[in-house]
Amino acid sequence: MQQTDTIFRTTCLLCASLVGLLMLGIFIQLGMHSADTWSRFGLSFLWTQDWDPAADLYGAWPNIAGTLLTTAIALLIAIPLSFVAALFVTEAPGWLAKPLSHCIDLLAAIPSVIYGMWGLFVLVPLLQEHVQPFLVDELRLTELPGGTWLLGEGYSGFGFFTAGIILSLMILPYMSAIMRDVFRMTPPMLRESAYGLGCTRWETTRDVIMRYGIRGLLGGIFIGMGRALGETMAVLFVIGNMMDLPAGLFSSGTTIAATLACNFAEADGLQLSALFALGLILLLMSFSIQVAAQYYLHLTRGARGER
Amino acid sequence: MNNQRIKISARNLNFYYGDHQALFENNLEIPANSITAVIGPSGCGKSTHLRIYNRIFELYRNQRATGEVLLDGKNILDPDVDLLKLRRRVGMIFQKPTPFPMSIFDNVAYPLRLHYNLSRSEIADRVEQALQGASIWDEVKDKLKSSGLALSGGQQQRLCIARALAAEPEVLLMDEPTSAIDPVATLKIEELVLELKSRFTIVIVTHNMQQASRISDFTSFFYKGQIIETGPTAQIFTAPANKKTEEYITGRFG
Repeated sequence: MQQTDTIFRTTCLLCASLVGLLMLGIFIQLGMHSADTWSRFGLSFLWTQDWDPAADLYGAWPNIAGTLLTTAIALLIAIPLSFVAALFVTEAPGWLAKPLSHCIDLLAAIPSVIYGMWGLFVLVPLLQEHVQPFLVDELRLTELPGGTWLLGEGYSGFGFFTAGIILSLMILPYMSAIMRDVFRMTPPMLRESAYGLGCTRWETTRDVIMRYGIRGLLGGIFIGMGRALGETMAVLFVIGNMMDLPAGLFSSGTTIAATLACNFAEADGLQLSALFALGLILLLMSFSIQVAAQYYLHLTRGARGER
Repeated sequence: MNNQRIKISARNLNFYYGDHQALFENNLEIPANSITAVIGPSGCGKSTHLRIYNRIFELYRNQRATGEVLLDGKNILDPDVDLLKLRRRVGMIFQKPTPFPMSIFDNVAYPLRLHYNLSRSEIADRVEQALQGASIWDEVKDKLKSSGLALSGGQQQRLCIARALAAEPEVLLMDEPTSAIDPVATLKIEELVLELKSRFTIVIVTHNMQQASRISDFTSFFYKGQIIETGPTAQIFTAPANKKTEEYITGRFG
């Protein structure tokens, strides 16, 4: 009896530590394979623009900037959407809230390649044929200062904005699910005291529920951010894949994940090492975002435990 | 009771949680500027009854009330009643302290900013008045900026009372306000409630019969959703008319 327990415990311990080791191993592998890049370019690799395999010069900046820009666009769209959606399904009557929240959750079940295809075949033509012409020809946004930079020249439909829209849809279910939990965690008596003072629903939400759950909301945003940073397949379809710095919302470019997916096949030597360095950067970015997310969610759960 | 003005008058009040009827034909008169205690065993409907007075039950979809609750002669269950105004007039204190996640000052200033258009200095004055009214000013005057959550349980509850006072209500509903609070802090709150009587009409639900007898002027005994007996507290506790009331106050059940 005791012996089987020991075996069981050892097995569990091994499996559990495997996860930690794997994590560590990935960091070490990426570090080793990218060592050449770091010794050649140092930290300036992070802010150098060139990516020139012929001259064997590599810089990560267009990739990092592209990743940050698509993520920022995605968050700008997804934060209000998921917030409002979560709020609605917590407050709406059950017959409406249940199917709606299932629908939102099911967005997470769509494979990213399908999002990519949808982006390529629906969103890109839509932006190219209708949205961009409308913004430029009807609203004449290009005539505003900075407008040309924002909208670019010509209508391609590809680029950072398109990728951001798709990413926002992909991270919406995760963020919205967490925000929903946060809203539901508010103690009923706290909500009632706000209503009891004569608050409207919106005042209660803004001043009490949001304040109470602010860390949880932040945790949810970080979870979405982490996913948006690393998403590859869907972005690959619509980003345009140019190793260029962002030159406006509708310009083509790349992200770290997209570059990695495209270039490994024919890379060798220093280029291969540079790709590994990109991978390490991406891992560090999403790792730290994930840690921040867990930290805030942990704080929220802790606060709930006290009560 | 006869010569005192009636502030709230509940008439033929029934209450339903979905299909389940929780209150049956409740009739109760609450005299102004007095403390009315509502007692009874758990689940007898005393909190349910109280929660009709500010219509807080309406936050929940399957709950409904029929009958009338007259506040100064006007039926508050009338659908035309402005809920936000009603809740300003009828404040509520809950079983657990519910300070908002903001500073002590902002907790009390919150209802002021919500309902009144006041200058900064007027707000500061009224916050001080409310905190003094809730006998907590001396304890918090040096840390108004710190979080309301950092106070002790009893202080938090008095902060919530100050917050309710700031809205300048006419009626204070207290739903077992000391059930989560230690005995010393409870006595402080009881003293406070006695002081508040001159300015407000107070209805307090309590499962603590000593509390009811210590502070209330009138007591109403609830049992299984019905009001069994209501009268001056001294009379209810010394010479109850109903056998059930007697059994309850002598501790034979409940």
